[in-house]
Amino acid sequence: MITKRIIPCLDVRNGRVVKGVNFTGLADVSSPVELGRYYSENGADELVFYDITASAEDRALFTDILTEVASTIFIPLTVGGGINSVADFERVLSCGADKVSVNSGALRRPELIGEAAKRYGSQCVVLSCDIKRVDGQFHVYARGGREDTGREAIDWIRRGVDLGAGEVVVNSIDTDGVKGGFDIELLRAVCAAVKVPVVASGGAGSIAHFVELFREIPEVDAGLAASIFHFGEVSIAELKRALDENGIIVRR
Amino acid sequence: MTAIVDYGVGNLFSLKSSLRFVGADVTVTGEAEEIRRADRIILPGVGAFGDAAKKLRERGLDAVVTDEARRGKPLLGICLGMQLLFEKSLEFGEHAGLGLLPGTVRPLAEVLPDAYKIPQIGWNALNITMPDCPILKYIREGDCVYFVHSYHAVGCGASLAASAEYGVDVTAAVASGNVYGCQFHPEKSGMVGLNILKAFCEL
Repeated sequence: MITKRIIPCLDVRNGRVVKGVNFTGLADVSSPVELGRYYSENGADELVFYDITASAEDRALFTDILTEVASTIFIPLTVGGGINSVADFERVLSCGADKVSVNSGALRRPELIGEAAKRYGSQCVVLSCDIKRVDGQFHVYARGGREDTGREAIDWIRRGVDLGAGEVVVNSIDTDGVKGGFDIELLRAVCAAVKVPVVASGGAGSIAHFVELFREIPEVDAGLAASIFHFGEVSIAELKRALDENGIIVRR
Repeated sequence: MTAIVDYGVGNLFSLKSSLRFVGADVTVTGEAEEIRRADRIILPGVGAFGDAAKKLRERGLDAVVTDEARRGKPLLGICLGMQLLFEKSLEFGEHAGLGLLPGTVRPLAEVLPDAYKIPQIGWNALNITMPDCPILKYIREGDCVYFVHSYHAVGCGASLAASAEYGVDVTAAVASGNVYGCQFHPEKSGMVGLNILKAFCEL
């Protein structure tokens, strides 16, 4: 049986993981390489790195770091942040990324999804969406959740998948940071609309929230979170034990 | 020396890194002579079967890989590289493979129940059907490996070494004499995958 995936997400700026972490036993808690290895050895099924730098110089630093991570960690790596062209895909794939996630770049120019899928295959193209309720509708936001595009989210996701996206990351702005659980209503709507893997993001505050996610929506393939893992509130091993006890199949 | 065959498909960075990690002496090459000199050969691959088979033939590497395998040199096909070992594929038309193993590559879509997504993306457990398979010697029943594929090999007969349940039993690993294949990506399957590569490099 295919297992549900648990994915920690790391924001990297100037070659360092931001929003620090508080694990004991790590010499350098902001090193993407050390943290990546830590998660990889402790049960993460995949790692997502978001490059939140702006300058070209910092971008080069990010690809150096990515190369180092990919040389030492042998689980799937997804990279996002600042992906606007096929050249950006090439840049991170040649450093060892397996999948590339597009967000604002695809909103500005949806053809990017098709161009990348044609060249690298759909399995390589992840459509990441920041979504918020506006007047009873789900709207897609751009620029890291700062700008309402006015687009209806489910339509956009369906279009992205038609264009060639092989996986969708659904980040609910409404539940993000609240730690009150994943956005079940939104995720259910997305899962009903597309047949590619769906990764849930935004709102995880406890183990129970992951159990609820996979129980309520068996079609969801993965749960992604940052701070609850980084701050050691939930360890992936504990989480997987609990999922297993609740009849949800995970890799252990 | 282990040669990873470079024929212009896919990214070989992770595969090279993972082999180095298990201590293998590795070269990434499209040169026939270097492949002939190597102690073992890895045939990688991502993308479409027809395109990959064409690229391998255009470079004359199909004959090199086939000859060396027939001479007894250990050969490991990974993902699309495994699919190329079979007689033919029905991915977008019909394409001939290397014919080193019996079997045909067919769309998962033909057999999967409705609820199963295509491609199969993610970690799935191995059901080992050939317990003495040399490349699985460090692997336990139920160990998980990472799959990304939309086509699968059928009719592999006695060469089936492991399967994975995804609505149907999907061919996960094959072995026949010195010819081996993995549908999954050992270079992305954590310690389990590294141990498969290690076992292959010990052949």
